[in-house]
Amino acid sequence: MAGEAEGQGLSFHPMDQFAVKPLFGDALNLTTVTNVTLWMAIAVLCIFVLFVLGTARRAVVPGRMQSVAELAYGFVHKMVEEVSGHDGLRYFPYIFTLFCFIVFSNFLGLIPGALTLTSHIAVTGVMAVLVFLSVTIIGFVKNGTQFLGLFWVSSAPLALRPILAVIELISYFVRPVSHSVRLAGNMMAGHAVIKVFAAFAPLILMSGIGIAVTPLSILAITAMYALELLVAFIQAYVFTILTCVYLKDALHPGH
Amino acid sequence: MQGDIAAMGAYIGAGLACMGMGGSAIGVGNVAGNFLAGALRNPSAAGGQTATLFIGIAFAEALGIFSFLVALLLMFAKGF
Repeated sequence: MAGEAEGQGLSFHPMDQFAVKPLFGDALNLTTVTNVTLWMAIAVLCIFVLFVLGTARRAVVPGRMQSVAELAYGFVHKMVEEVSGHDGLRYFPYIFTLFCFIVFSNFLGLIPGALTLTSHIAVTGVMAVLVFLSVTIIGFVKNGTQFLGLFWVSSAPLALRPILAVIELISYFVRPVSHSVRLAGNMMAGHAVIKVFAAFAPLILMSGIGIAVTPLSILAITAMYALELLVAFIQAYVFTILTCVYLKDALHPGH
Repeated sequence: MQGDIAAMGAYIGAGLACMGMGGSAIGVGNVAGNFLAGALRNPSAAGGQTATLFIGIAFAEALGIFSFLVALLLMFAKGF
């Protein structure tokens, strides 16, 4: 915790907030209920409440909850249609599920004391690898060997094409890495920065200039928090839109 | 003297990995700046290109995040 007293003076551990701890007891194995399980359940519950209760009454003039549900649905629907084309809409439920889960775990992670699910590379990695595998399978099922045309840049001069094919192949296999690390890294770095600023406030209060610096530090936390709110949404948006881009590549592999 | 030479190397390496942030910052600034320059020339076309803007920013930013990843690995992934 920030400003935790420990032996000599104060120390703070900005990375402690990401620790996976069992909720009951200390044993940690494959089926232990941990804080990750808890926050995943909370995220799923929030999504369930928003979309089931939000669309239960289906009023012509939507209430607050129904407006949010409709806005979210329309936002992702439009994104899938614009980026991956009309035939990409078959995969809209999956993409919308990804978006909802990421956006809710990002925002729930901003509650002080909460665990940010998407800061764990294990969580984002599973999502990115699933997207990568399903997109590759869709590409081969839809286009057969034509899908390999993705790596053979037919608009480039013939001598350059083998070199470009190697580069394209590497960039294709780096996709799941960058896809997952981008989300996890952004979330982890942002939350650690908030924690570091939060630790400045009590640490510097001990010294003489604390009266002047602590308010500034608190202002900085507020500003960082506002930025994190923006980042939490943008990263969910980026993850979703990149999924759409990869899906477009699988459906229409021509350059 | 505390610690050992390997830990010192890891800490220095983690600090050096922060230089990757600069490159990423230049990349993101380039994308956003060029988008703004284009958008002010033709504001009516700007709205449809925000998705492209964010994809460009995401690609530029991912490489900065990779340097963060390298720093984390140096700090926490011991025993390589």
